[in-house]
Amino acid sequence: MRWISIGLGLAVTGVIGFFAVRELLIDPLYFFELFLGGLTRGSIYALIALGYTMVYGIIQLINFAHGEIYMIGAMTALIVASVLGLWGWNTAVIAILAFVFAIVYSCAYGFTVEKIAYKPLRHAPRLSALISAIGMSLFLQNYVMLAQTPEYLPFRTLIPDFHFWEPYAHIITSVELTIIITTVIVMILLGILIKFTRIGKAMRATAQDKVMAALLGINVNNVISATFVVGSATAAIGGVLIACHVGQINFFIGFLAGLKAFIAAVLGGIGSIPGAVLGSLVLGISESYFTGYFWSEYEDVFAFSILVLILIFRPSGILGKHDAQKV
Amino acid sequence: MLKLTNIHTYYGNIHALKGIDIEVEEGEVISLIGANGAGKSTTLMTTCGIVPAKKGRIELNGEDITYLPPDEIVKKGICQVPEGRRIFPYLTVAENLDMGAFLRNDTEKIKQDLEYVYELFPILANRKNQAGGTLSGGEQQMLAISRALMSRPKILLLDEPSLGLAPIIVKQIFAIIGKINQENKTTIFIVEQNANLALKAAHRGYVMETGQITMTDTGANLLVNEDVKKAYLGI
Ligand SMILES: Nc1ncnc2c1ncn2[C@@H]1O[C@H](COP(=O)(O)OP(=O)(O)OP(=O)(O)O)[C@@H](O)[C@H]1O
Ligand SMILES: [Mg+2]
Repeated sequence: MRWISIGLGLAVTGVIGFFAVRELLIDPLYFFELFLGGLTRGSIYALIALGYTMVYGIIQLINFAHGEIYMIGAMTALIVASVLGLWGWNTAVIAILAFVFAIVYSCAYGFTVEKIAYKPLRHAPRLSALISAIGMSLFLQNYVMLAQTPEYLPFRTLIPDFHFWEPYAHIITSVELTIIITTVIVMILLGILIKFTRIGKAMRATAQDKVMAALLGINVNNVISATFVVGSATAAIGGVLIACHVGQINFFIGFLAGLKAFIAAVLGGIGSIPGAVLGSLVLGISESYFTGYFWSEYEDVFAFSILVLILIFRPSGILGKHDAQKV
Repeated sequence: MLKLTNIHTYYGNIHALKGIDIEVEEGEVISLIGANGAGKSTTLMTTCGIVPAKKGRIELNGEDITYLPPDEIVKKGICQVPEGRRIFPYLTVAENLDMGAFLRNDTEKIKQDLEYVYELFPILANRKNQAGGTLSGGEQQMLAISRALMSRPKILLLDEPSLGLAPIIVKQIFAIIGKINQENKTTIFIVEQNANLALKAAHRGYVMETGQITMTDTGANLLVNEDVKKAYLGI
């Protein structure tokens, strides 16, 4: 098994490497554009994947309702932006308020979902919590569909085309640039939160040993709530950014984005934060090349094939520390 | 200081503690000895609120703490070094110690206490930036005790500090436990299978069998008690 996977890995790397070099020589600009497109995609995946991986790290649960939290972020921003737009408010103010409301709403939903659907099942078999997660996901989708509409809604972009960026806008748009930069900033802030703040230290300790954390005076329930809140906030940011990028949203966007981010988290090694970021970028960039050079209609098939391959050959992911049990 | 009265604890329908009474006075070293599965660890976990009692009362200085959540109990000044030490494997030695002081914000005093534990166990100072999981068993036990001390407990609960350690390290650790008791006036409650060492170190001892306290006396008396000798000292 080990030799097969190494051999297969080498063969695949060789073929990919050959194509990559060839395409790079034929049309370097297109190659570079696809790279940036992949980076943008990967950034959005990363913003969502963080929530999956942090929650998994702390309570070993795949929070399948996480994609819906991202969708709720985008929906909230849409509503805020539409209303304030009607009132004729300044675009910059609208953008800021839309982000703030999206984050607050998503955090409130993430927090509540944990309290309602997972906390009562903390000591139940894992399958129960997983089923509860899927139920939560379906509930939130249908709730938003009924409360809003099943149709696609146009999303007026919150991010203007920057003047100074005009000369490069044909390679990467202002929105894409904003997505990448915002993601980098969020990652840095999250790194600081985890490494240096009191709650971040409590999160790391709780992820490693809940009983010991409690024996040192850490309120484990609060730490779990905080983890859901932080993951929801980054997902909300991702939701608003993607809505600006795509220009339309509906109640169902969380499903596929959530699954892709989940694949990215597994690819990087679920439970690991650097792993989630790395997995997201690898998935985003390889998807971009795949659709750019091969068949764009097989984009999702490609992502799911990756999931199957990782689960067969390297279930702990790229940076996974140990063979954690998977769903 | 710490008083357990008629404590009953269950795991599902396993009746692990069947009405135990234990009292620890301020400044004492108390040992609880018993065979595997007697319920020693459960006694500590119930005291700390991890496995709450079904029945009975736990008091700290007269205050009822039976049903407080674990973090509140730590705030009252009870800290446990659990069985198997439970070092955070991916945190460094310094970060592990830092977690011990999680509830404190007196930065200056924390610094002093850090110096104090590095003095007690100089090896930890050398291993400061090493991941906890890479320490040897003995070093992990030292780190676990130090981490608990960083919370400045009024009473320190130790679950089998000798487990799996070489005799010379065990001796060293027990010497330090005595020192902590004398220098800081920290009350100490030790759970041990190594009855000989534990009773020698203790002012008083309790003997536990299948969820019940069967005997209690001074450490010295228990050491010469015929039943204890036969069952726990292998004489
Ligand atoms: N998590 C648990 N679930 C179910 N039963 C448990 C659990 N922990 C302990 N028990 C049972 O409770 C009883 C007391 O266990 P406990 O760990 O307190 O014993 P102990 O005296 O500490 O033993 P040892 O010396 O082996 O550490 C045992 O019969 C044990 O099987
Ligand atoms: Mg035990």
